[in-house]
Amino acid sequence: MAPQGDPILEVRDLVKHFPLTQGIVLKRQVGAIKAVDGVSFELNRGETLGVVGESGCGKSTLAKLLMALEKPTSGTVKVNGEVVDLHKGSNLKRFRRNIQMVMQDPYTSLNPRMTVGDIIGEPYEIHTEVAPKGDRRKKVQDLLEVVGLNPDHINRYPHQFSGGQRQRIGIARGLALQPEIIVCDEPVSALDVSIQAQVINLLERLQNEFGLAYIFIAHDLSVVRHISDRVAVMYLGKIVEIGKDTEIYDKPSHPYTQALLSAVPVPNPEGRETRERIILQGDPPSPANPPSGCRFRTRCWKAQEICAVEEPLLQIRPGTDHESACHFAEVHDVVGAS
Amino acid sequence: MKNPSVDTHLLPADSGTIGTEPLLAVDNLHVEFTTRQGVVRAVNGVSYALNAGETLAVLGESGSGKSVTAQAIMGILDMPPARVPKGEIRFRGTDLLKLSENQRSQIRGQQIAMIFQDALSALNPVFTVGWQIAEMFRVHKGMSKKDSYTKAIELMDRVRIPAARQRVNDYPHQFSGGMRQRIMIAMSIALDPDLLIADEPTTALDVTVQAQIMELLAELQRDSNMGLILITHDLGVVADVADKIAVMYGGRIVENAPVHDIYRNPAHPYTKGLLESIPRVDMKGQELYAIKGLPPNLLDMPTGCAFHPRCPFRQDNCVTDVPALHAISGTRSSACHYWREVLDGTAG
Repeated sequence: MAPQGDPILEVRDLVKHFPLTQGIVLKRQVGAIKAVDGVSFELNRGETLGVVGESGCGKSTLAKLLMALEKPTSGTVKVNGEVVDLHKGSNLKRFRRNIQMVMQDPYTSLNPRMTVGDIIGEPYEIHTEVAPKGDRRKKVQDLLEVVGLNPDHINRYPHQFSGGQRQRIGIARGLALQPEIIVCDEPVSALDVSIQAQVINLLERLQNEFGLAYIFIAHDLSVVRHISDRVAVMYLGKIVEIGKDTEIYDKPSHPYTQALLSAVPVPNPEGRETRERIILQGDPPSPANPPSGCRFRTRCWKAQEICAVEEPLLQIRPGTDHESACHFAEVHDVVGAS
Repeated sequence: MKNPSVDTHLLPADSGTIGTEPLLAVDNLHVEFTTRQGVVRAVNGVSYALNAGETLAVLGESGSGKSVTAQAIMGILDMPPARVPKGEIRFRGTDLLKLSENQRSQIRGQQIAMIFQDALSALNPVFTVGWQIAEMFRVHKGMSKKDSYTKAIELMDRVRIPAARQRVNDYPHQFSGGMRQRIMIAMSIALDPDLLIADEPTTALDVTVQAQIMELLAELQRDSNMGLILITHDLGVVADVADKIAVMYGGRIVENAPVHDIYRNPAHPYTKGLLESIPRVDMKGQELYAIKGLPPNLLDMPTGCAFHPRCPFRQDNCVTDVPALHAISGTRSSACHYWREVLDGTAG
């Protein structure tokens, strides 16, 4: 897959099960929510990997695992070829300096009692080596300028800014430690339509300027297409299809990807009566008790007996040039507007 | 109670409404809220009309007044702090604003119904969904408990909730987001309303579930010839289902047009900006077009045209004169002094 250079981030068989317990005094485990269940991918330097899927598919848990905010049940995360050991403080600290996050909701992810300068400068309190004390104010002002805010507003509080400006503050905080990887979890979905384009442009400009690699988690498929070099489609804790943006959008081979793409409303009324739409019935099954074999089979129109028995592996299938986890993978351009 | 004189300064006559009163006509509606910081003029002279069986999409960002207009139609604004100093809302020719609260509650639910964005907070968590759907029949039709439950199960079937008979006694938290929205829809169509207002019905849902809900709404509309007002900020959803569009900005309608016209050639710089900022396949790798600046602060509205601080085509008179909603054709209008230039692409 990774054509050039060494991947900066390597994720192998990452699993996160949240235990379900019963009883108050004598707790016993009765099951597990399989939020992330064997996810592997690589991320190259300066690349953007989009992650899409319905709510509950595990994309936000994946973000938390990458940030080492949750401990994986099993599996490894490698940064620059080095395994991240969550039990070793120094290792973890070094790792966290290199991977930062931009959150979805700019209203709840900024502390209302801290000034913008304190919010953006807080990472320096922990990673003192990045900026000596005297330098910090200047550094924060530089960051404000980089994300398109007025450096003189360093003493203002978050409530004095609009939603789009707050998201810029969140991005500045993510940049403070000069990371190589930024995990963006739905960075524009809480913003007004006319503001979203501004923030997306900013993210792209920063990527070019600093050579950042993004994991871009979003449910807006047109935004993901615009910003991503590669796209991973998740369903119930697993990646069902992964490939270059053009491969996923123009030649989707997994039925779930096809259904997802066809469900996205196209902002153009021409030909809306004849457009192909695959409407999935029902809701995704519970991740506590996923279907046997292929997890998508309960909503799939192609399901056969083999799908209930044998779990399809994520691999390159005949007729496609990217990986797909379907026994009956078949390229089908549902959008038709490529 | 037909209104004898239809004002001529409102919308350009709608093709389908000539000679007859439309199902709903909002005419020069103003809504303001008294707050500690001053009076917020949330809606400043909004006019739109809708016929039976039609879908009108009201498009706008947060604070544009799209939801407040809908709440005024439904009669669910808290007054005070809200006030309607001017305007008419004619439903089948009757001005709803002149009716008593008693008369309005007869219309609400039976003839005009509404569904909300967040179904979980719109449903009562301590009653079963069956009880809440059946309430419509008990309160409005005086049905017995048993009959109303039978009706509730029928409705749950109609909105395709699987195993309706078993789930009728479940509570809202036991349903998924999409299923809850179906329950809201079941309640809203219980009494066969003529007009359904859907305020961001799918914003909180996944695209796959959104597709299911929009399909259901379209089907219900076909069956009963309801008028549907769809309030949304999603240009994709609008393109999929709307017959005509009213674009709102800063409490005013800035453009009003049939759906195909607006996507082909917008007549207002704001609409144009919104459409251009959609990521397109052939634009990959390039910077997205972005409308600069921020949406207006309703407490401190810009003078003249509310969009002028963000408008790329601004001229001097945009700062001073509020543009009227100019009629472009029988079915289109734009609140821009330079709509001709915007249409021709010669503006700026």
